[in-house]
Amino acid sequence: MTTGSVTGKLFVDPVKEMGRAVLFLFTALSRMRFGKTQFLETMRQVYFMGVRSLVIIMISGFFVGLVLTLQLYDTLSRFGATEALGTALALSLFRELGPVLTVILFAGRAGTSVTAEIGLMKATEQLDALDLMAIDPMERIVQPRLLAGILAVPALVLVFNVMALLGGVVFSVFMMGIDGPSFWGNIQATVALGRDFMGGMFKAAVFGFLASWLAVYFGWSSKPTGEGVALATTQTVITTAIAVLLTDFILSAFML
Amino acid sequence: MNDNKNNNRIELRGVTVQLGDRVVLEGMDLAVPEGKVTAVMGPSGSGKTTVLKAITGQVPISAGEIRVGDVFVNQLSARKLNDMRRNIGMLLQNGALFTDLTSFDNVALPLREHTRLPETLIRKVVLTKLHAVGLRGAAELYPRELSGGMNRRIALARALALDPNIMLYDEPFTGLDPISMGAAVRLIRQINDVLGITSVVVTHDVTEVPRFADYCYIISDRKVVAQGTPAELENIDDGVVHQFIQGLPDGPVPFHYPAPDYTRDLLERH
Amino acid sequence: MKSSHQIEFTAGLFLLLGIACLIFLAVQATDGGSEIRGGSYELVASFGNVGGLRPRAKVSMAGVTVGQVERIELDPQTLDARVTMKISERYDDIPDDTSAAILTSGILGDQYVGLEPGGSPEPMRDGDQFLITQSAVVLEQLIGRFMMGGGGDEE
Ligand SMILES: Nc1ncnc2c1ncn2[C@@H]1O[C@H](COP(=O)(O)OP(=O)(O)OP(=O)(O)O)[C@@H](O)[C@H]1O
Ligand SMILES: [Mg+2]
Repeated sequence: MTTGSVTGKLFVDPVKEMGRAVLFLFTALSRMRFGKTQFLETMRQVYFMGVRSLVIIMISGFFVGLVLTLQLYDTLSRFGATEALGTALALSLFRELGPVLTVILFAGRAGTSVTAEIGLMKATEQLDALDLMAIDPMERIVQPRLLAGILAVPALVLVFNVMALLGGVVFSVFMMGIDGPSFWGNIQATVALGRDFMGGMFKAAVFGFLASWLAVYFGWSSKPTGEGVALATTQTVITTAIAVLLTDFILSAFML
Repeated sequence: MNDNKNNNRIELRGVTVQLGDRVVLEGMDLAVPEGKVTAVMGPSGSGKTTVLKAITGQVPISAGEIRVGDVFVNQLSARKLNDMRRNIGMLLQNGALFTDLTSFDNVALPLREHTRLPETLIRKVVLTKLHAVGLRGAAELYPRELSGGMNRRIALARALALDPNIMLYDEPFTGLDPISMGAAVRLIRQINDVLGITSVVVTHDVTEVPRFADYCYIISDRKVVAQGTPAELENIDDGVVHQFIQGLPDGPVPFHYPAPDYTRDLLERH
Repeated sequence: MKSSHQIEFTAGLFLLLGIACLIFLAVQATDGGSEIRGGSYELVASFGNVGGLRPRAKVSMAGVTVGQVERIELDPQTLDARVTMKISERYDDIPDDTSAAILTSGILGDQYVGLEPGGSPEPMRDGDQFLITQSAVVLEQLIGRFMMGGGGDEE
C-alpha cells in the first residue's frame, strides 16, 4: 500500500512505517510474560546478541580511544592545554561516542542477525508453527530479543568505554609520556558521575531499546522471501543509525 | 452425505476468506466426519492450505462459520483459541522445524511448554514419537542435517507430541520416495485408527487417496466441486473431477492464473 | 554448538563484566558524585552579575569543594542575582563575615563560587546571606572600561 507520488515516498510511507512499528511494540509489550522459560531464553539471547558482539566492541573501543586521544592531543597541544586531555577524552566517550558508536556497531553485528533470524523463521513458517502449538511467538521470539538488547547494549557501552580509556592511556602515557596520575586525576576531578557518566548510560539504555526494537520489528514485518529478508537487514542498520543519531541529538539537547 | 451434525468433528459453513484483495475461498461448505480420514484435493492455488489455516484460526474469515468440536473458531478469544489449538496437530507444508533446536528438542518443545511432565518422562515420550516416525536415531541432529523428507517426519512427531485429537496434514507426501510414501500412507491411517482421532489430509496425490481416505473433497475455483468416498468420486461424471483425477492438462480447470487476454497482453506491451 | 547451560553461564558472566565496568568507571573515572551526600544547609549570596555561573557549579573554599550552587534567580526588588548554595553539613563553621566571589577555573572556563573566610567567631547558619560578594568578571565590560580609560567603581 505505497502511495505512488514523491511526497508519498518521502513522507507518508515513513510515517506509516513508524505507526506500524509503534503498534508492533505495543502488541509485544502487552503480551509479555515473565517466568523461568522467558528468563532463560532472554539469557540465551544476551549470549547471542551481547557476548558475540564483545570482540568487535573491544577492538573498536581500543582503537577509537587510541585515535581519539591522538587527535585530541594534537588539537590541545596547540593551545598548550594537554592537561585537559584525559577530561576531553573521557567526556567525549562517556557522553557521546561510547553509546553512539557501540549501538551502531551493535546494529551491524547483532541487529542484522536478529532481523535475518526472525525473517527466516517467518519465511520457513516457524512462526506459524509456534502459533499452531499455542505458543505465542511475540512472547517466545520477540520478547527475549527485545529484553536482551536492552541488557546487552549498556554492558557493551561500558566495555567499549573501558577499552577506549585503555587506548587513551596507552597512547598518552606510554607513547607520549604524559604523566599517568595527572592524566587520570584530571578525569576524576572533572567528569561528573551523574550528569556525564550516568547521563551517557541513560542514553545507552535508550539506544539499546531502540536498536533491538527496530531489529525485531524489521524481521517481523519482512517479506517472507530471500530478497525481503535481505532488504529488512539493510533497513535495520540504516534506520537504527538514523534513529539513534536523531534521538542522541534530542537527548543531548535536553540533558545539557 | 454427512448431514448428521453430531457426527462431524469439523464443519465449515459458507466460509469466505479474503487475503489482500483476493477472495481465496467463497461460501465453502465442508464437513469432516469424526474418527475418519478426510482427504482434501484440488489444483495448486485452489485454497487447500487456506482451508487448514482457517480451521486453526490462522486466517480470519469474512463470512460463514467454522465449528471444531463444540466451539466456533471465529468467535474464540485468544486464550480459547490456544486451548483449541492444543488439541490440534498440524503438519505444515514444509515441516517448519525450529532450526536452532535438535530433532529431540523440537519434539519436546510443545511438551515442555504445555505440560508439567518431569524431564525423564518427556524424554520417554519424545523417543516414542521419534520411534513412531522411524527417526529415533536422529534425535540429536539439527534440521539442516536432515533431508527434506526426514524433516517432515520429525515435524510429524512434533505435531503428535501432545496426543492431539485432530490431525491436519498439509501435503505430507510431496518429496517422498515410493517407500517412504507407502510408509507415510500407512502411518497416517494407523495414527488415525489406533489413537482414535480425526484426520484431514491435503494432497495432490490422487492415486494414493483410496489407500487411506474414507471421504474426499475436491476443491477448485474457491469452492467444493465434488465430494464422496474415493469409489464414488471415480464414477462422478463431472468435468473438473474427471480432469483432476485423470490428471489432464486441458479441461475446465485452468492451468493459468487469472490474467488478461493473452494476445492483447502481448500486443499492448510494446 | 555449545550446550544451553554453557550459553546461559557465559551470558551471566558477560552481564557481570558489564557491572564490573560500571563500578570501575563510576568509582575510578568520575568525580564520584560531587553532590553533597548526607545533610546540607543553604546559604545565599547576591551578585550584581553571575556571568556564566550555572546551577550545580562547585562552591569551594581554599580549593576544597564544600558544596554546590542550587539555584540562581533574579531578585525582583534589587535586580541582583540571588544565588542559593547547598553547603555540606560537615562545613558548619564558616565565619559569618566570609566573602563569596565568582571565579573562573581551567581552560574550559568553568565558573564556580569561591569563598574567602573572614575572622568572625560566629558561624553562618542555614538561610544566611553573604555580606561581601564579588561579581563575575565579564570580559566585555573589562575591555569596555579599559577603552574608556576610566578605572570605574568597584561593583
Ligand atoms: N497472504 C496472501 N495474500 C494474498 N493471497 C494469498 C495469500 N496466501 C495465499 N494467497 C492466495 O490464495 C490462493 C490459495 O492459496 P493456498 O496456499 O491455500 O493454495 P493451495 O491450494 O494450498 O496451493 P498448493 O497446492 O500450491 O499449496 C492462492 O491463489 C494464493 O495466490
Ligand atoms: Mg498449500
